[in-house]
Amino acid sequence: MIDFWSSLHPVVQGLIKGLAVIMVIFPLAGACSMAERKVSAWMQGRPGPNRAIVPWFAWIPFVGTFLQRLGVFHLMADGAKFLFKEEPVPGHVNKLYFALAPAIAMMPALTTVTVVPFGAYFNSAGEAIPLVLANVDVGLLAVFAVSSLGVYSLILAGWASNSKYPFLGGVRASAQLISYELSMTLSVIPVFLWINAPGTPGTMSLAKVVEFQSLPGFWGGTWFVFLMPLSAFIFLVSLFAETNRQPFDMPESEADLVGGFHTEYGAFKWSLFFVAEYSHMIVGSGVFTLLFFGGWNPLPWLPLADLVGWLHHATHAAWTLHPLFVGVLSLGIFLGKVVALIFIFMWVRWTVPRFRYDQVMKLGWQKLLPLAIANLIFYALAIALIQKSA
Amino acid sequence: MAVIPLERKTLSLAERTYVPQILSGLKTTFKRLLKPAETMEYPEQRPAIPPGYRGVPTLVRDPHGREKCVSCQLCEFVCPPKAIRITPGEVPEGSGREHVEKGPQAFDIDMLRCIYCGLCQEVCPEEAIFLQNQYSMTGYTREEMVNHKDRLYELGGTLPDAHFKWDKKKVAAEHGNAH
Amino acid sequence: MIAPTKPDLVTVNIDGKEIAVPKGTNVIEAARLVNVDVPHYCYHPKLTVVGNCRMCLIEMGLPAVDPATKAPVMDPATGKQKINWIPRPQIGCGTNVSPGLHVRTTSPMVKDAREGVMEFLLINHPLDCPICDQAGECKLQEQSTGYGRGYSRFVEQKNVKPKRTQLGPRVTLDDERCILCSRCIRFSKEVAKDDVLGFIDRGSYSTLTCYPGRQLENNYSLNTVDICPVGALTSTDFRFKMRVWFLKQTDSIDPESSTGANTVVWSREGVIYRITPRRNDAVNDTWMADSGRVLYKQVKADTRLTAIKVNGADSALDMAIHSAAELCKAGRVAIVGSGRSTVEEQFLTRKLAAALNAPVSLVSRVGQGDKLLISADRNPNVRGALVTGLIAALPAPRLAELGAAIDAGTVTTVVSLGEDLAAAGLTAAQLTKVSVVYLGTHANPTSAAAKIIVPTLTVFEKSGTFINQQFRIQKFLKAVPGPAGATDDLVVLAKLVTAAGTAIAASEVGPLWKLIAAEVPALGTMTFANLPDTGLLLDATPYAALPFAEGETLHYKPAARPAPATA
Repeated sequence: MIDFWSSLHPVVQGLIKGLAVIMVIFPLAGACSMAERKVSAWMQGRPGPNRAIVPWFAWIPFVGTFLQRLGVFHLMADGAKFLFKEEPVPGHVNKLYFALAPAIAMMPALTTVTVVPFGAYFNSAGEAIPLVLANVDVGLLAVFAVSSLGVYSLILAGWASNSKYPFLGGVRASAQLISYELSMTLSVIPVFLWINAPGTPGTMSLAKVVEFQSLPGFWGGTWFVFLMPLSAFIFLVSLFAETNRQPFDMPESEADLVGGFHTEYGAFKWSLFFVAEYSHMIVGSGVFTLLFFGGWNPLPWLPLADLVGWLHHATHAAWTLHPLFVGVLSLGIFLGKVVALIFIFMWVRWTVPRFRYDQVMKLGWQKLLPLAIANLIFYALAIALIQKSA
Repeated sequence: MAVIPLERKTLSLAERTYVPQILSGLKTTFKRLLKPAETMEYPEQRPAIPPGYRGVPTLVRDPHGREKCVSCQLCEFVCPPKAIRITPGEVPEGSGREHVEKGPQAFDIDMLRCIYCGLCQEVCPEEAIFLQNQYSMTGYTREEMVNHKDRLYELGGTLPDAHFKWDKKKVAAEHGNAH
Repeated sequence: MIAPTKPDLVTVNIDGKEIAVPKGTNVIEAARLVNVDVPHYCYHPKLTVVGNCRMCLIEMGLPAVDPATKAPVMDPATGKQKINWIPRPQIGCGTNVSPGLHVRTTSPMVKDAREGVMEFLLINHPLDCPICDQAGECKLQEQSTGYGRGYSRFVEQKNVKPKRTQLGPRVTLDDERCILCSRCIRFSKEVAKDDVLGFIDRGSYSTLTCYPGRQLENNYSLNTVDICPVGALTSTDFRFKMRVWFLKQTDSIDPESSTGANTVVWSREGVIYRITPRRNDAVNDTWMADSGRVLYKQVKADTRLTAIKVNGADSALDMAIHSAAELCKAGRVAIVGSGRSTVEEQFLTRKLAAALNAPVSLVSRVGQGDKLLISADRNPNVRGALVTGLIAALPAPRLAELGAAIDAGTVTTVVSLGEDLAAAGLTAAQLTKVSVVYLGTHANPTSAAAKIIVPTLTVFEKSGTFINQQFRIQKFLKAVPGPAGATDDLVVLAKLVTAAGTAIAASEVGPLWKLIAAEVPALGTMTFANLPDTGLLLDATPYAALPFAEGETLHYKPAARPAPATA
């Protein structure tokens, strides 16, 4: 199968990978929106969406009703609605850029997915081969570089809408995303200082970060969240801001900006922004998992390799060592962590009220950035001392 | 306008990081997450309507099934959103109720305008209009949402009458009890 | 020191406020001048005083004088002349002012007296307000709110009396509601000179009734409804139609004769429900004729024209104007103006006549005056045509000149401003000879014969002015919007004049008045907005020589007529 895959023309490979990303991210984003509605409903003492059902499913006892109560069919209904709704384009907008903005929003959202490793398997030599669509060595840098392009779509949408609220939303988006990107980038530098010891070939690969968290020994198996809690905290807060999630959703800010940058959007164009936001969230959670939560390692100090070894030891079954099984297992572990993180995103959204814009700026520049710099200096010194002594 | 300077409570360092507050908020919402829903699933479950509820305004008949409204148009006058429209008319001779003289020819309440304030009920000198327990009004057209006289009586039904004012008047007129 | 400031003025003190009023004024009127309300039912400023309702009781006193020396008795406490208050209340309507009269209308005695009177009046008054047409303009309601005691001590049975008596073709009586004020009786006797009403029986049996074998059917019978302070007399036409508090009041003028009685049009949402008189002491006092009250029915009449027609086919206004202009250019035109048109319309008609170089004739409507409010000339605005210069002489009967011109073939097009030419004297044969352009409100033989019909508005749907027989220019205002399809006469005329070659910028009353003031010397100082509600008297001397048809009516005496030059 792998041979067949390798024999395909690189363009075809790319196309298939791209399609796979779309096929996975769109439903995932949809499922996230559904989950968001359900989680918010439960937190607010409501049952949440629980009406839509496809007739055939209604005939299935228990399961049909359960799925209906869970609201999964609302996901399809919403998707179909976005596809078939009338596309309103207000008369006063700049039509080209107005249509371009959602497309631009989608590009970084989908592109970043390709460089995020989501699992691993072991080759015959016992080396962990990460599952990633594009295993580039710049890794995290690519994620940061591409995802920060996402702000352009917000600015473009706000500007092309040619009305006040979207414009304010766009302006806020640009200022906010730039502010928090600094802290975010600074917060992860200690991680890479840690894994790039002098003399070793330098890397920004996310897979390498996971690899470091799977090393044997106390320090080796420690997830970076324990090693660098402040980095993880700053990264998480910045992640909230970067994905425009509550309490940092200044660009939308329904209370004061109606709908922010997407006020004038509707139907499918709007849903693209929506999907982009959720895929940013998914990718962000993924990156956070890889950097600080051990990636596909099931537990701290319990790397994937050990788990597979135990399983093989317990069952003596050959399939436990099959790359496919290991890949799926690692993917499951990784996805489990991502889903938990996404739940935290939602949990925070339905708990914390929105900051004022000045508070957002103050927090970004006066609190988070100095903290990130201090954090960096501290870890730089500490790592230098440790590596010197080692 | 007087300006009252208020001393703001100084925040502790922990409070200024927002973190403990956010965590306690997260605790609250998570507890809430695990509890059953508070809401009522409307079409299947219906609320119990308490007495004195102000639902859809209706016209009522007296216990003998007679029209109580005399089309004085006070409700039309008092109605804040101008939902009520009455065409007054004369009660024809020979109907047995000609001593009432006046009754509505048409009585329309536009439920798209009605705000359920109950002023019509309050102002009615004949106790003919009541906001009863009907709360659900639906229709596909604007016309459907206008309750005409027959519909208003159908919704209203009969309510007890303590006075029978017009019966007393009729008896007085027939027996001439004053002279 | 209280002293009359002028020989015919008397200074009185009402609730501490001093005012000089003419001798012979009663206390109610004097109090009204200082904005003090003295409640009353039976008193009416235009009727004799009878003082039988007792509602206007007041406390009065006169300056004290020493009986022996006639010297003023001074009050040492205030340093002013002492007032001897009469220990019992007096009726305000029957008390005329006298020098130094002091009146209290708010003292406890007066309050007591009013509450007592109200209580007695309400003893037998039915609780009919929900079905009573007077509700909302009922003096009994107002007075019991303002001066009543608020609750009833009467536990006995109320009187029962007939509820629906037809006093006449237009008036319904509810005897239970009657408070025996006798205003209607006095009106019939004194103003309408038709003494058919009266009270029979005594005490609580007293009943208003007609003289046996007669009815209240004179042309002024509905005034009794207006002056009835309660809901006893109601208009059969208006009965149970609409509550008065919904009705919008618009000042108007009765267009049925050159008297120009001032009226109020009561309408709601574009529907007129009734017309009542408006007080104008120089024209109609507070009265109007019954015949003028039903004129609103023409607004919704079946014969109302609502479609612009050119040669029988539906058309648009500009097309019709174009066709009319073509017709006028093609042949020799005569214009039949109208004494029913407003001054503004007549002004534009004159412009049209000048632009087309067309002769103008007016339709004469001379009937019998009733010596009260219907004058002999049934055109409301013949004087307007004279003042605006539309005509120089009074209209001749039956359009004889125009008929002759048509027969002679010197006129081929007739523009009729709402006048039925057939009724005015042209024969059917004459009508077929000419092309008729008809600007009117209702269908008639002329509209049937007309080549071009432009529907216009009735008096109730437009604003304008009439000049009545006294040469009093009075304005009326738009009460209701016109029906779809009808166009304001002024718009049509202005377009016709423009199409005829003279540009007229204004087609609304306000702007048009600037032109009128500039071109008509007699109206030179006026604007429409500035016209007082009671009208403005113009100088009639330029027209003193004209043999007007009107005889004497209320507030109008015809000038001594010069001997006709020819027989």
